[in-house]
Amino acid sequence: MRRHTLSLLLVLTLCCSPILFAQTPAAPSASDRISKLESQVAQAQSSADNAWMLTSAALVLMMTGPGLALFYGGLVRKKNVLSTMMQSFAMMAIISVLWALLNYSLAFGPGTSLIGSLHNVFLRGVGLTPDPDYSATIPLQTFMIYQLMFAIITPALVTGAFAERMKFSAMAAFLTLWSIVVYSPMAHMVWGKGGLLNASLGGRFPCLDFAGGTVVHVTSGVSALVCALYLGKRVGYPKEPSPPHSVVLSFIGACLLWVGWFGFNAGSALGSSPLATSAFVNTHFGAAAAALSWALAEWIRNGKPSALGAISGSVAGLVAITPAAGFVQPMSAIVIGLVAGAFCYFMVVKVKSWFGYDDSLDAFGVHGAGGTIGAIMTGLFASSLINPIFKDAKTGATLPSGAIEGNWHQVLNQLVGISIAWVISIVGTLILLKIVDLAIGLRVTPEEELEGLDLTQHGEEGYDFAS
Amino acid sequence: MEKIEAVIQPSKLDAVKDALVEIGIEGMTILEARGHGRQKGHTEFYRGREYTVDLLPKIKLEMVVPDELAEKAVQAILSSARTGKIGDGKIFRSKIDDAIRIRNDERGPSAL
Repeated sequence: MRRHTLSLLLVLTLCCSPILFAQTPAAPSASDRISKLESQVAQAQSSADNAWMLTSAALVLMMTGPGLALFYGGLVRKKNVLSTMMQSFAMMAIISVLWALLNYSLAFGPGTSLIGSLHNVFLRGVGLTPDPDYSATIPLQTFMIYQLMFAIITPALVTGAFAERMKFSAMAAFLTLWSIVVYSPMAHMVWGKGGLLNASLGGRFPCLDFAGGTVVHVTSGVSALVCALYLGKRVGYPKEPSPPHSVVLSFIGACLLWVGWFGFNAGSALGSSPLATSAFVNTHFGAAAAALSWALAEWIRNGKPSALGAISGSVAGLVAITPAAGFVQPMSAIVIGLVAGAFCYFMVVKVKSWFGYDDSLDAFGVHGAGGTIGAIMTGLFASSLINPIFKDAKTGATLPSGAIEGNWHQVLNQLVGISIAWVISIVGTLILLKIVDLAIGLRVTPEEELEGLDLTQHGEEGYDFAS
Repeated sequence: MEKIEAVIQPSKLDAVKDALVEIGIEGMTILEARGHGRQKGHTEFYRGREYTVDLLPKIKLEMVVPDELAEKAVQAILSSARTGKIGDGKIFRSKIDDAIRIRNDERGPSAL
């Protein structure tokens, strides 16, 4: 009986076997499995990169709102707090729409060495597949939205120069035009395809600017200086001191800037990579070192280190490390920070009073000067060990990056980039200020200035504790 | 009825209030004020430039008291607000024409 059962089972199994085999397809070959694995790995890398990049974009937007809004808002008098914050917010609104309509294409569309084109207006061709020229692992829209956040904060920084005296309408008109005429070409030259200064894509004068020392800080800072000189001083400056109405707000803003800057610098690695780590680490040490050197300079000069000085120092360090973040060693970042803190302190406290310009919130002293010195130091300290950006065209061997590796020529390239930023900022800003001035006038009246911009420009009061 | 106005150091407010309550004065108005007499201000720094802050924080108390209590109130304030240094403040006395309780239109010293 058992032998029959056994044979029966055997027969049944044999009969079933074709069905069993028919349910599974032919086993995939080793090469099929490897290519599937490769695409999964690539997807995983893309996911990681995209996650970091979207996070970075959010961090950079936070730098403008509320970071810069608070930092600047706290530094002005109470009667102007809302108008100052509104200037940053207006950039968030205006520049965003303009970026989609036009400016992304001017900055990053294919064009000449100086400017992009209308190829990508209305975000045509900017979809969810990557553009390998910019980043092979993230959707182009991620790249676009990340770059937008830079385009927002740059004009917002300029507002620091003319705080407390510029008409809202004139500011909006001027900075809209400025983003087209000054920012987009500069962004294209340093980061766009075919850009004259683009170090990654074979520009003729490769300028090492990892996250926008020239594109963002030199342009905004120098334009700010031009604005301050053109618009003239605030009523009562410099005899009457106009101290900040809330260093508390500025403090909060500065700390948000520091944290947000990780997105600004480390996100410029365009991926979640060891390079992003370098940029993150350098950013942090640059900020910390500069806070120390500014605070120390103040301590020596005034006998007391102020909170405002310390936070201003950290911002100066962040500005200076911006072009260098993905190119230098951490110890170099500390040196860059120490130098920037002291240098910008000197610019703000001494040079400003020598020349007497009313750069209300020190946009030039911190961003213009900090960006310039940072870009120069990038040429000094850039190391191919951190970022092998220069390669021999024939052999593919890594070439030295900066002066510490013997490539002193790079400092000259940096100076080319810096000079172009200065020139385009000065010329562009002067022309646009003149145009807007002729069309609608730039300054509020002295009476409006005395009453305050919150009431006169916006019909609002920042604080109403009585209600 | 007399009005007593006292400008004092903010740190003395609790002591002065307690002293006044102890002698039977419970109604008073307290204002946050800024000012100075002969007391010098302090210097602050803003962007490397030194400037003097002349207006120092003070507390001003105002109270209207029956004539019999006026001198006792002044003594209470003097003993509780004094530190002996410049900046202690000042007390002012003036005559009041009338006092009216809003709740029931009661007038005169009984309204205090």
